Formats: sequence, C-alpha cells, structure tokens
Amino acid sequence: MTIEAANHSPIARGLASGPLIHPLWVRVTHWINALAMFMMIGSGWQIYDASPLFHFLHFPTQIALGDWLAGALLWHFAAMWLLVINGVVYIALGILTGRFRRKLLPIRLTDVASDFIAALRGKLSHDDLAVYNAVQKLLYLGVLLAGVVIVLSGLSIWKPVQFKWLTAVFGGYDRARYVHFFAMASIVAFLTVHIALALIVPKSLRAMIFGRAAGVS
Amino acid sequence: MSRNRKNPPGVDPKLLIKDATRLLSAPSRRLFLRGAASLGALSMLTGCDIVDGQTSENALRVISRFNDRVQALLFSETTLAPEYPESAITRPFPFNAYYNEDEAPDIDGDTWQLEIGGLVDNKKPWTLPELNALPEVSQITRHVCVEGWSAIGSWQGVRLSDFLKMIGADTKAKYVWFQCAEGYSNTIDMPTALHPQTQLTLKFDNKTLPTAYGFPIKIRIPTKLGFKNPKYVTAMWVQNNDAGGYWEDRGYNWFSGL
Repeated sequence: MTIEAANHSPIARGLASGPLIHPLWVRVTHWINALAMFMMIGSGWQIYDASPLFHFLHFPTQIALGDWLAGALLWHFAAMWLLVINGVVYIALGILTGRFRRKLLPIRLTDVASDFIAALRGKLSHDDLAVYNAVQKLLYLGVLLAGVVIVLSGLSIWKPVQFKWLTAVFGGYDRARYVHFFAMASIVAFLTVHIALALIVPKSLRAMIFGRAAGVS
Repeated sequence: MSRNRKNPPGVDPKLLIKDATRLLSAPSRRLFLRGAASLGALSMLTGCDIVDGQTSENALRVISRFNDRVQALLFSETTLAPEYPESAITRPFPFNAYYNEDEAPDIDGDTWQLEIGGLVDNKKPWTLPELNALPEVSQITRHVCVEGWSAIGSWQGVRLSDFLKMIGADTKAKYVWFQCAEGYSNTIDMPTALHPQTQLTLKFDNKTLPTAYGFPIKIRIPTKLGFKNPKYVTAMWVQNNDAGGYWEDRGYNWFSGL
C-alpha cells in the first residue's frame, strides 16, 4: 500500500481526520519498534538479574520476560533481529526521505532552554503535532543515539572475541556491560516521559496510529 | 544469602543451582513465558495470543538454531581471544557449577584415564602422566559466563588441535563431544575444537588443576561461554552427530560463541 492510498483508506478516514502527520512507514516502524523494545527490555531485565551490576537493583520476575535465564536469553537473541532490522529500515528511511533533517534539525540550545522552561510551566504548545519543539527534538535525537549505543554495546558483549575491537571501543567487556545497562536506563527514562505525554495528549497517540490527529467530526 | 567472598560482584553460585532445581523438578513447565504483567502487555501489543507457551518456545528454539548458524559464520579460526598480563588474573578465580564446590567430583589422578572414542585412529586411553608429558601451551584469557559476569584466568595444557591430530582424529567430522565425571557433557563444533586457543587444560596458574577448576582436565575454550568449557572430563568422542549437552539441552544456545 502506498502512503497516498493509506491516507484515503477507510480506517484513516473513519477514525481520524486532518493533515497527515506521520506517514505509514513511520507508524509501522514505530509500532514494530515498540514491540521489539518491549521484548528486549523485558528479557534484558531477566538476564540482568542473573548477575546484577548493582546490589540494590533487582527486577521482579513478574515484570521480566522469560521464566529464567535461558528463556530470557532466547527471547533477547530472537527479538534482537526484529529490533535491528526494523531499526535499520527506520533510520535509512528517516535519512533518505529527509524526515530526520526536517523534523529534528536544527536544535538550538537557546530554544531547548526556553522550551524546557515553558514545558515545566505547562505552557508548551502541542497544537501542531507536525512540528517538534526543541525539547522533543533533543529527546528524539537522544533516544536514537541511545538506540545505536545499546545495539553496538550489546553486540560487543555478545561477541567480545569476534568483535573484540568493538568491545575495546566500550572500554572492555566489563565496562561494555555498564554501557549497555545505562543505554537501557536512558531508553526506559525516555519511554516513561514519552508514554506519559502520549496519554496526556491523546491526539498524538491517534496520530501515531492513524497518521492524523483530529478525531471524526 | 550471605555474599560468598570468593566470587566477584554479582556471582551467586546458588542461582544456577536454584534455576536447575526449578527446571529439573518440573520438566513439563513452560520455561520461557512467565510474568503476568509482561504477558498481558504482550498480548495487548500484538493483539494475538502468542502467550501459548509451547508455540513460542518452539519458535524461540528455531531462532536459536538459526543463531547457531550465524555464530558459526561469524566464528573465525584465526581471530584470537584477547590475552591479558598476569596482573589481570582474577584472584581468587570463582568456582562455578550447578552444584556446590564441596560437591565437585573428587577424582583419583592415579587411576583416571581419558577415554577416546568415535572417528579416531588411535583410541588408546590416556593417563595423566602421559598427558603431562605433551608439549605445553599457556593462555591468560577471559572466562565469560552466560550469566554475564566474567573472570580472567591462567590456563596451561595441550593445544587440543595438536592432540586431535596426534590421535588421528577425523578433523572433517562435525563435532567433538565431552563427557564429564559428574554427568555433565558438552558437544562443540570442529572449527572451535581446532581453534589455536582451544586447550586440553592440565594446570591453572601453572599449578596442577585444582578440584574446583576441573581436576584432572578441563577443556578451555576462550571463544565460547563458560558453560561450554567442560571440567572433570573423562571421555572425548569425535563424531558427526550432535550429542547436545547439559545446559544446551536445558535451553541455553548451542553454539554460545564469544
């Protein structure tokens, strides 16, 4: 289905209206990514528990994926394909279509500061969902970077012999585990804000599902 | 439980035992899917019932076999595991198994023999003095556990590829299978068996291998996860069928290469 066709599909027409904010490829890769991250983080927590990095942090089995370490590892090394293939498609299309450049650049520090203050005061406008404010731009770029780091550090602890040069980039096997952990922590922190805001501004969720933000009139 | 001082941070020797016991006590249980919260969310996200344990367990195993092939392709017989200076050795080096250290097999080195079988010309069993008389190689490498922790150790012994050639093993065979005194076992791929750092280990830190680390011999494979480094080895078979292994049969990835 082409993007044009999707815009006029019965679903899009029936449940949402207004200008197209997210083309189909963005929505598809977004939700595949959501599923892949859910599986990677859930199983990753279970793997973490087998040899915790911090004595004060332990993830309850109830919120982790995989019954025990072996199951969690099978989930992790299966979902990684979904995460990486989908991520490569998303980043390639983001660059090739110019969407990243249009939506995320430029980021000016002064804009970030003023938008951040406005956000804290609850005065940051979400009237036009097609335009990202500077804080959003920074967070979206930041989570993209965290995604790249988590995949590369993960690769470096999965294959510290075959890709030993990559493991060395992260400061060796033990440090690479910490990098992998903190990349996860940054992504979870992002998701907390991201999901909370999507629920506070429901039309943004509608836009990510149907491509358009306005409800049926 | 109190932290065992002999282990590096994060190593809980009872975790594996606990896992193994849970697993062994309920062979038919769903291994891979638990956690009501995550399952509920997964069902909502996918909108379909992939929480049926057996279906997803089978799918995950298929992908794990695919990952075995990917890892075999990534494996290079000339890429060496990083080696470290003596100062980097983890002391004390941790004991790790699915049982406690005091339950490790206590083998009599005078009567022990390494049984040789399968696609090998000379199946004469080997005694410990005979193995000790062979040329020695040494390595200081990182042992990486499937749990995530790692420790650097110093191992000396016979290069396995030299030993395989000496006994007339068919190195075109696909696998080498190791049987251990306590019932543990491993099957490894032939390219890994022939890797220059794969070692039939007789010593740890230039001293006779202690019981904790696998006396009389262990197979040291720095290109594989720790559980693929069998200790207390009693038999070695060269063969074309995959005989599996203790943890591999319980769900860990078969190739488990580093």
